[in-house]
Amino acid sequence: MTQYIIRRILWFIPVLFCVGLITFTIAQLTPGGPFDAGRDETSRRMPGGAEQVLRERFGMDLPMWRQFTRYMFFDIDTNQETGEREIVWGAIGGNLGPTYASRGQRTVQQELFEGSGDNPSRFYYSARLGIQALLIAITFGIPLGVIAALKQNSWIDYFSLLFATSFVALGSLVISILFVVIFATWLGWFNVLPDWDEPIRPWVLPSFALGLASMGYIARLTRSSVLEVKRQDYVRTAHSKGLAEQVVIWRHVVRNALLPVVTIMGPLIAAFLTGTLFAEYIFEVPGMGLKLVQAIGQRDYSMIMGGALIYTFILSFSNLLVDLAYGIVDPRISLK
Amino acid sequence: MATSAQPIQSSSSTTFSRKPRSLWGDAWRRLISNRASVVGMFIVGTLIFTAIFAPLLAPHNPVIQESGNSLRQPFWVTDTTSATEPVPGHPLGTDGLGRDQLSRLIYATRVSIIVGLIPTIIVLCIGVPIGLIAGYAGGRVDNLLMRVTDIVYAFPDLLFIISISVAFRETWFGQAFNGLLLIFVALAIVGWTGLARLVRGQVLSLKEKEFIEAARALGIPTGQIIRNHILPNTLAPVIVAISFAIPGFIIAEATLTFLGAGMRPSVDQANPFPTSWGVMLQEGISRLSSGPWILLFPASCIAIVMLAFTFIGDGLRDALDPRDQ
Repeated sequence: MTQYIIRRILWFIPVLFCVGLITFTIAQLTPGGPFDAGRDETSRRMPGGAEQVLRERFGMDLPMWRQFTRYMFFDIDTNQETGEREIVWGAIGGNLGPTYASRGQRTVQQELFEGSGDNPSRFYYSARLGIQALLIAITFGIPLGVIAALKQNSWIDYFSLLFATSFVALGSLVISILFVVIFATWLGWFNVLPDWDEPIRPWVLPSFALGLASMGYIARLTRSSVLEVKRQDYVRTAHSKGLAEQVVIWRHVVRNALLPVVTIMGPLIAAFLTGTLFAEYIFEVPGMGLKLVQAIGQRDYSMIMGGALIYTFILSFSNLLVDLAYGIVDPRISLK
Repeated sequence: MATSAQPIQSSSSTTFSRKPRSLWGDAWRRLISNRASVVGMFIVGTLIFTAIFAPLLAPHNPVIQESGNSLRQPFWVTDTTSATEPVPGHPLGTDGLGRDQLSRLIYATRVSIIVGLIPTIIVLCIGVPIGLIAGYAGGRVDNLLMRVTDIVYAFPDLLFIISISVAFRETWFGQAFNGLLLIFVALAIVGWTGLARLVRGQVLSLKEKEFIEAARALGIPTGQIIRNHILPNTLAPVIVAISFAIPGFIIAEATLTFLGAGMRPSVDQANPFPTSWGVMLQEGISRLSSGPWILLFPASCIAIVMLAFTFIGDGLRDALDPRDQ
């Protein structure tokens, strides 16, 4: 088990290295830099001297390979004031470089992980939104699937299936847009521009919009899984040895039927990660996703690249957790 | 395709007198007996028809702006006092620039069709051979190919596509075809892994079957075994996977464009692909307070097409995998 975890964590290294290499290459291919006077003349123009200082400070005059190792790992700099040599960490030490939009004043990790004043960080908003959506998906999806399967071919089953399939088919993007048009603009139950000091109200629409598609997915999977398990020999054995219906259902059927549901948690988390991109944009949640979407508009490449690295890391890490959880809930699986 | 059915056919045709039914014929009968699938196929058929005959169906040119007629409401709104009262000739109203909504929706079906089709073809051309080779060759080749697949799979796909499309936007490659070419390539680069894994899994289990062993014992060359015996037997799950991949690509294009990293709307009146539902969503969200109905139409169109493809996909899965009945 320990060996498995170590091997899985070691596998992060080539994955993140490749993602880093690709994002770095794309960043280099991209025309324009953080301190250039771009097409947008007024906002980016800097005095020539200041630009040179900044370019040196961020190591942009170094050879290409050294810029890459600096971006990914570390570099050794000479401190201008004390003259001492010091290590500047790269992505490996959590430093994702200056953002273009702030002309190098702030780094990517400051923008994403540091709150301003009393406000929580962007990461907090995104993480909370994702977790709430996940909870909605699980707490509504699993019971819906179990009930549908237990009442197979009844109107409850058909209704649940239609309900779940519709949400899966619509997907988070369409659900989010329909929600904001119907509940915020037309019915006026929620503010289009939410007030984030309120404890619950601003979170309702984005959490449900993000969670409902996955809820449908979980419900459909749970339903087919319960139907499959119901036919198994051990369930017939449980019935024939005289166990109460409720005991058979909960202890034998549902418990085994939930195993496949655990395996889709990985893809679901990935869906939430990308889902936060547009859900935050539509519902004006001040999270990481909104920042990244704004970065697209501002052509803030370093923010986009940094976001790709962070999301890859979160995705790899949560996939590892899901695999470990699967090994725990299903003793038949041996993790090697 | 007929070769795939031989193992079943040969036994049934000798013992029964009725006309032999092929595996695919059976699957087709099951598919068309599924009412939801038939509805789905009808909707997709309508979509294709609309896309082909868009110039005949659209009442207006989708990019011509009528300056006095912006933000007109759809016909069912009876509010005649405001400046946005419905006008005849624009049944679904107009957008913020005075362009006819209905015509734009009709022309946008074209982008949906090609964005569902072209990346799917590219993904098939990458994923299926890799899956076949990895599964059949096994050993080191398999290991290498699957590790590459793992790395691509580990990318958060949407963000990766956004990085690519933002980086190449200003190049000729990013400009080509209103940015659609870039979307096709980006979607295909991250999209092939699922198919490769699926095909590999199929090949691994097929490889051990007796009829493959028999083919090998008869001295049939490897290429022929793969082409004539393994490939046809992987088709059913591949078809099901495709029926879910196509709507996936359509929604991915809409999402990318909505976030500003996808297709760019055209102002060229002769452009056969002037707009997409994603473009309309992007334009709609900026008019959310002044014209929420603008957002509703493309969102509903996407929703209907997604539902149609899901019905077809579910039907195909049930039809091609009778175990789950």
